[in-house]
Amino acid sequence: MGERRDPGAHHMTTDGICTPAGRRVWRRRSRRKTLQAFGLQLAGVAIVVWAIMGLDVHWPFVLDAPVQVVDLAGRMMPPAWSFTDDVIPPMIETINIATLGTIMACVLSVPVALMAARNTTINRVTLWIARVIVVTSRSVNELVWAIIFAAIFGPGPLAGVVAIGIRSIGFTSKLIAEGVEEIDRGQVEAVEATGASRSKVLMYGILPQIMPTIVGVVTFRWDINIRQSSVIGLVGAGGIGITLNSAMNLFNWPQVTIILLAIFIVVMLSEWVSDILRKQFI
Amino acid sequence: MLQVDSLTKTYPTGQKALDGCSLTVETGQVVAVIGPSGAGKSSLIRCVNRLVEPTQGRIWLDGTDVTRLGRNQMARMRRHMGMIFQEYNLVERLTVMENVLSGRLGFVSFWQAFLRRFPQADIDRAFELLDQVGLSGYENSRADALSGGQRQRVGIARALMQEPRILLVDEPTSSLDPRTARTILGLIADLARERGLPALINIHDVGLALMFAERVVGLSQARVVFDGVPDQLDEHILTRIFGEADWRQTVRHAGDDERAMAAANQADDGAPVSPHADGIGSV
Amino acid sequence: MTVQSGTPAAPRSWRKPPMIRNPVLRWGMLLAVAVYIVYAVEDVNLDLARFIAGIPKAVEMAGDMVPPDFTRWPLLLEGLLESLQMAIFSTAVGVVLSVPIAVGAARNMVPKPVYLAFRCYLGLVRTLPEVLIAIFLVKAFGFGAFAGMLTLTVASTGFVGKLLAEEIEAIDPGEVEAIRATGSGWLKVLLYGVQPQTLPRYVGLCIYRLDINLRESTILGIVGAGGIGATLYNAFGRYEYDFAFAILLSIVALVLVAEWASGAIRARIT
Repeated sequence: MGERRDPGAHHMTTDGICTPAGRRVWRRRSRRKTLQAFGLQLAGVAIVVWAIMGLDVHWPFVLDAPVQVVDLAGRMMPPAWSFTDDVIPPMIETINIATLGTIMACVLSVPVALMAARNTTINRVTLWIARVIVVTSRSVNELVWAIIFAAIFGPGPLAGVVAIGIRSIGFTSKLIAEGVEEIDRGQVEAVEATGASRSKVLMYGILPQIMPTIVGVVTFRWDINIRQSSVIGLVGAGGIGITLNSAMNLFNWPQVTIILLAIFIVVMLSEWVSDILRKQFI
Repeated sequence: MLQVDSLTKTYPTGQKALDGCSLTVETGQVVAVIGPSGAGKSSLIRCVNRLVEPTQGRIWLDGTDVTRLGRNQMARMRRHMGMIFQEYNLVERLTVMENVLSGRLGFVSFWQAFLRRFPQADIDRAFELLDQVGLSGYENSRADALSGGQRQRVGIARALMQEPRILLVDEPTSSLDPRTARTILGLIADLARERGLPALINIHDVGLALMFAERVVGLSQARVVFDGVPDQLDEHILTRIFGEADWRQTVRHAGDDERAMAAANQADDGAPVSPHADGIGSV
Repeated sequence: MTVQSGTPAAPRSWRKPPMIRNPVLRWGMLLAVAVYIVYAVEDVNLDLARFIAGIPKAVEMAGDMVPPDFTRWPLLLEGLLESLQMAIFSTAVGVVLSVPIAVGAARNMVPKPVYLAFRCYLGLVRTLPEVLIAIFLVKAFGFGAFAGMLTLTVASTGFVGKLLAEEIEAIDPGEVEAIRATGSGWLKVLLYGVQPQTLPRYVGLCIYRLDINLRESTILGIVGAGGIGATLYNAFGRYEYDFAFAILLSIVALVLVAEWASGAIRARIT
């Protein structure tokens, strides 16, 4: 930034910092930017303070917490090992819910993704419809979908599968659509140049390019769905959540421990499997 | 026979790529289109099969006005136009055989394409073409496992698989080294002549154009400034076409790449090397 | 290169080479998948009849939902604000705590036993679903938003901690080495060598997590951890579908606004 020194004059450096005669000062940010940054930080702190004010801290409870925790831990031990056999069927049901839900989402996601991608959608209406589907699916949590479908189809794993499926569509379609928007246009152009119809261009030019993306995204989502499937039972949508709910309602803490262990193990295994599958296909 | 009449293309950015271009390609003729970058060569080729939409003008292929066709009719028309691309544009993840067979996509049903059950006649011809372009035995290799020259051969086979009435070739050799470029262009010209196919070849290398084409069309700043036989091309005309750009620089010889690399190595030692060292002479 | 067609060859057939070469393996896997699907459908009682029977119910519910009932908007607003507060607080505290956790979980920053300990923590927190963590925190700290905030804070440390740790492990060691060479202590190395390289990603992660926390905060109420979740659950329980729909719409609107805002902020920074 070498300006010439001119004793007796003020300099404006490119940062807008005035230096009194002869002295050159370096600051990380110009005065204006410093003020801006300070203002932003102040605003940030104000927002957080407002958030804290909503904290209805029942101090008696907080102070009591360690005692509660120790007490709870005591009741949860020793784990009810004999309950292990009873945990397996609901756990398997959980895995099935997650898998079937993911399959359902996978099948529905591809057309939705193609509609949601700017380079493959038919017109603005289809683009908009696809975007609405994706946004709705993503904004509503699995548990809420589970509540809705449990009210429609009655409690049980059917509601769970549909809930998981509907929620997953938003996630997978969005990521697949991003993959579609990044494909090599040239390959598609070449297939168009042979005079192939639109559907064949899709099949030969686009699908092969996005296959790795689809596999990666679906496997990733399956992993997440295992986690989610284990709790949707809390609102009646099947799986181990129902068992957990019962155990808690009956204050059967040793059983709760076993259930938690089971969930933990299964989720970890699914993450491991998912990692392996994704590495294979990329 | 291809007839182009007063073709104009203005892109949405305002760039005028073609300005009232007209030319004719007779049956069985190999025509090279030369000119500096940005002159409109690529737009011209792509307008014929309407990968780029002409703004004005008409194009007739064997008497049919291509510019007036609707979407479905144009798709059917494209079956008769084989295109070869600069970047090969193969479907990378599919095998060589699938890429060649994709030339027949316009002729088979959706299910046949989906299940890869192409008619035996197509498969026979595919094998034959692979032999002709020198890729026997490669049918099950994945496209992205091939070298540049090999990929372009697949592109040629794909285009010929359509049994087209015209070959549209868009800078087939710009991504290849000089020796392979010459081989590939020769292959294209030979195969076209054998079949009596008219071919419109957009080519950047003037030397190659003169070597293989019967007729040359020169494009400069969106206009046709030359249309004649290679013998007619002299210094004056080439300078008119290329203007500021030195047309000699477009000419590459086999061994050019090696020489350039050697020169670069010399430069690392500190010895000054002029950019136009040996190797670039007259056509 | 001209061409000779030699003696006419016998017709050569061709089939697309399958993805899995070994036919036994290939058919075995296809069979396994088919069997699994049949079994899973059976296990889950995925009954087409029940599904179809549910459709009139769904239509009826949709009818009850529209028009959405916003008359109880004070309750709605209170719940939404609480969720918002939960999300903001948890993100703020969570991302601050994530920094030391991420440093502790980065192989290139700490000795192995420390690294393993932190990675264990991250594994534990990330594996358990947030709702389960919330249940236990409610047991410990009582019903209300406090438990919810703690849940999301912990979840945030897990999320941001792991991703930040990966980012730290991927930095250019040269820059860190240069700072070390000046004789700076460990903390200064962090400030000058590590932080500048990871800051953009860190900020991006914070904003992303705020987004996620906002969504999570809307359902933790179902297990008593505060926010609009409880109101929503109760509305469904009482068949007050029009009120429930109003809540749902508000949640979607809130999430959309937050997503738009976070996208705008991220675009600003990068």
